Amino acid sequence: MTDLSALPTRKSEEFRYADIDALAKLWPLPEPENIIVPASGHFSRAIVQDSGGVTRLVISLGKGATAAVHFLNFGGDYGRIELDVTLHEGADFTLGGAQLGAGSQTLEIVTTVTHAEPNAESRQLVRSVLAGQATGTCLGKVAVARGANGTDASQSVRAMLLDRTATANARPELEIFADDVKCAHGCAVGELDAQGLFYLQSRGLTPPEAKRLMLHAFIAEAFTGAEDRDRLEQLALERLEAML
Amino acid sequence: MLNISNLHATVADKPILKGLSLNVNAGEIHAIMGPNGAGKSTLSYVLGGRPGYTVTGGSVTLDGQDLLELEPHERAAAGLFLGFQYPVEIPGVSFVQFLRESANAQRKARGEEPLTGGEFLKLAREKAALLRMDMDMLKRPVNVGFSGGEKKRAEMVQMGILDPKFAVLDETDSGLDIDALRIVGEGINAIMRKPDKGVLLITHYQRLLDYVKPDFVHVLAAGRIVKTGGPELALQLEEEGYEAVVA
Repeated sequence: MTDLSALPTRKSEEFRYADIDALAKLWPLPEPENIIVPASGHFSRAIVQDSGGVTRLVISLGKGATAAVHFLNFGGDYGRIELDVTLHEGADFTLGGAQLGAGSQTLEIVTTVTHAEPNAESRQLVRSVLAGQATGTCLGKVAVARGANGTDASQSVRAMLLDRTATANARPELEIFADDVKCAHGCAVGELDAQGLFYLQSRGLTPPEAKRLMLHAFIAEAFTGAEDRDRLEQLALERLEAML
Repeated sequence: MLNISNLHATVADKPILKGLSLNVNAGEIHAIMGPNGAGKSTLSYVLGGRPGYTVTGGSVTLDGQDLLELEPHERAAAGLFLGFQYPVEIPGVSFVQFLRESANAQRKARGEEPLTGGEFLKLAREKAALLRMDMDMLKRPVNVGFSGGEKKRAEMVQMGILDPKFAVLDETDSGLDIDALRIVGEGINAIMRKPDKGVLLITHYQRLLDYVKPDFVHVLAAGRIVKTGGPELALQLEEEGYEAVVA
């Protein structure tokens, strides 16, 4: 996580798509919460960002430790979630989350996942649904240190634009200094499938009902394995309904 | 029941239907046959209200109600069912959830009480059994991983559950093996062969008509009905081909 002594500008890579005016009001940012998970320990957290602001988390996973972070980023003019995760030998990290933006909201998830030692696994899955003039950004960096062989890291980032005026930014970044690694990443930005929508409507669903059903399916994966999956899904559904 | 009068429609500004007229009375099953490119699928999509299919003239009413004014979901609530030639796969959305919400959306639009979970499942089980479909398949995402024949049987299960007044079935027989064809044919009879219902069967082949006996057979060519007859017309088409019969 970058040390920020002055308000960044859009020239800074990590804030290229940020709402700088909104950021200025939140300045200086709170110190990140530091979490150290001991060897073989487990940590889980659900972040519900419902009123704007910046949430910062630094997690260090000891040998064989596991962590699962799930998030729902949907509130306020500007909502940003920063995660900095370091995995030691054989550790396992899962991130799953959704960003649901409308109006002129700017929502961001910024992750740095460092595989410092061999045989650790990380999986990141982010789904964004953006309407109106909203901007959704996912900046995901995976760094594999020298000697961290047997690393298995994946990133899946997808965004659905409900209006042509909405914006999705996705930037995966890989920095690999080891030889024997698996790093998969995929990004896609799209619109709801028109054929699917017509099919659902032809059975009697109204356009908002048909869209809600398809969007629910689109984001459902993001909460797989979350401890309070039901609550996250419920909140996400309510938010989707308000957006349609 | 269904009255189509002098219907003109375009797709991407290209005229496809050019003055099509057809009446289907309650209790009747009509088959529409015709060569590739005649406008058969366009007719089904225009009736269903698919975006991109523009009506440029004529009228369509179902029991006196103007269908062309209605959105696709309103047409469904008015009692129209469209059986798709290529049913769409929708990952992540379970069939059971989709169908229950659809059935209840239609009931709501008609001012009826929604089905409870138990009532719905009982209905779904009954219709799945009618089409010899495993209930477990309906717990899967809509059409995902279904074979061609399974998709078509699933269309008929949907028709059974939604219980429409009028069904437009677009090549429901394509992709079916001999056994599945019989099951689907019997399903159509069980669900739709009733005095207050009507069916428009769009098909290339006579074989489905062995199971679902049509009251009338029409030949659609170049966007219009060019010939109408009884079931014997389908047999004649099968033997002699469209060109000879239409000429």
